[in-house]
Amino acid sequence: MCSVCGCGQTNDGHHIHDHKHHDHAHDHSHHDHHYGADSAGLSVAGFSQEHLIEIEQDILSKNDDYAEANRRWLADHCQLALNLVSSPGAGKTTLLVETLNRLARARPLGVIEGDQATTNDADRIRETGVPAIQINTGRGCHLDAHMVGHAFSDLALQDGGIVFIENVGNLVCPAAFDLGEAFKVVILSVTEGDDKPLKYPDMFAAADVMILSKIDLLPHVDFDADKAVERALRINPDLQVIRISARDGTGIQVWCDWIEHQVKQTHDHRAAPISPDNLTQSGQL
Amino acid sequence: MHELALARSLIEMVDEYALKNGGRRVRRINCRLGELSAMTRALYFCFESTSKGSRCEGAELVIEEVPLSVFCHTCDAVKTPSGRFNFRCPDCGFPTPKVVTGREMQLTSIELETVNEDAARKHLSADYSAQQTPCQ
Repeated sequence: MCSVCGCGQTNDGHHIHDHKHHDHAHDHSHHDHHYGADSAGLSVAGFSQEHLIEIEQDILSKNDDYAEANRRWLADHCQLALNLVSSPGAGKTTLLVETLNRLARARPLGVIEGDQATTNDADRIRETGVPAIQINTGRGCHLDAHMVGHAFSDLALQDGGIVFIENVGNLVCPAAFDLGEAFKVVILSVTEGDDKPLKYPDMFAAADVMILSKIDLLPHVDFDADKAVERALRINPDLQVIRISARDGTGIQVWCDWIEHQVKQTHDHRAAPISPDNLTQSGQL
Repeated sequence: MHELALARSLIEMVDEYALKNGGRRVRRINCRLGELSAMTRALYFCFESTSKGSRCEGAELVIEEVPLSVFCHTCDAVKTPSGRFNFRCPDCGFPTPKVVTGREMQLTSIELETVNEDAARKHLSADYSAQQTPCQ
C-alpha cells in the first residue's frame, strides 16, 4: 500500500490510480515518478543535464554535523553525555535529581534542560547544586545538536564529568535528532500504557537503554511491566532495561552503576585507541 | 512536528545549492526517504508553506520511498521484515536489529530553472538564507 495516500500499489510499486486525476486534500500529483537511464538516473523532457545537480546528502546532515562536532568536543573533554527522552510526565526530572544526588560527590556533573517554556526544571536541578542550562525551544518540539552545542560551552563543564541532556517531553521528534550523545535513554513510566513501545517505535528503536520508571506504583495500575519490556525488546532487541522507582530508590543504584561503568569506558577510550573490542564492551552492563 | 525542521533543513540545503549555481530558482527536488523515517506524507504536507519566499517556492517535491530491509546474521542474508518495526527475520525468527535500508533521509538531486524561465518570473525572491535566523 502506498504510504502517501493509502492507495493500493501494483507489484512494481506503481500506484494503481493516476494521481493527476485523483482528488486529494493535498496535492502530490508529482508523486508518480519514473527514473530514466541517464547518468543522473533521471530524464525530464526539455531539460538538459546541466540543470540537474546531484547532491546525495542527508537532509539532517546539518544537525548531524553539529552532533559530530559535539561528539568530538565531548571526547576531547572526556565527558559522557546521556540524552534522556520520554513523553511529558514520565519522571525524567525526578530521576535526574535522584541521580545527581548520588553521583555529584564522585565527579563533575552538568545538566541541559529542554522544555518549550519555563525554567522550572533547570531550577529544580540547580537546587541540587549541579549547574544547569535551560533551553526553551518555544514552538520547537525537540532539542537539536546546534542548541546543545551552545549549551555545552555555556555550562563550563569540567573535564571527566557527565552531562545529562533532558530532552523535550516528546516520544516522537527527539528520536530523529542526534545530539552527539553517547547513549539515548528512553524513560517509560508505569502510569502510561504498556503498549507505548509499539505505539512509538521510533524512539524505542533509537534508544540504547529503557528505564521503566515509577515501578512503586505497579500495584495500583494496570501496567504489565513484563509485557512492556517484551514489546520494547521486540522493537529493539539490543535495548538494556532498568526498572526504577525514584521515589523509594529501587533500581537507582543499578542505574548509577551503569552510568559509572560508561564513564569508565569513556575514560578508557580516551586513554587507549578505540578498538572493536572495547566498542563491544561499551554496550554491556 | 519535526517534519517542519526537516522541511526547513531540506529547503535551506537546496537554497544553498541553488545560490552556488547561479542563484536560479528550483524546479524540482528529488529526495529519498526510508520507510522507517515515516516522513513522506508529512514532508509533502508542510513543504509548500515552508518553501514560501525561498528559491524552492513552487518547486516540485519528488520523494522516493525506500523499503525496509534488515540483515539476518543467522541466515547471512538481507531480509524484508514482516512489519515496519518487527525486527525479526521472517524466515528464522532471530532478532535482526541491523537495518540495511529504510532509515534514509536524503536529498538526492535538484533541478534548476533555465535562465529564460528564471527571467520570466517577476517575483524573484531575495536571498532566502538571509531571512533565516542563524540559531534555529
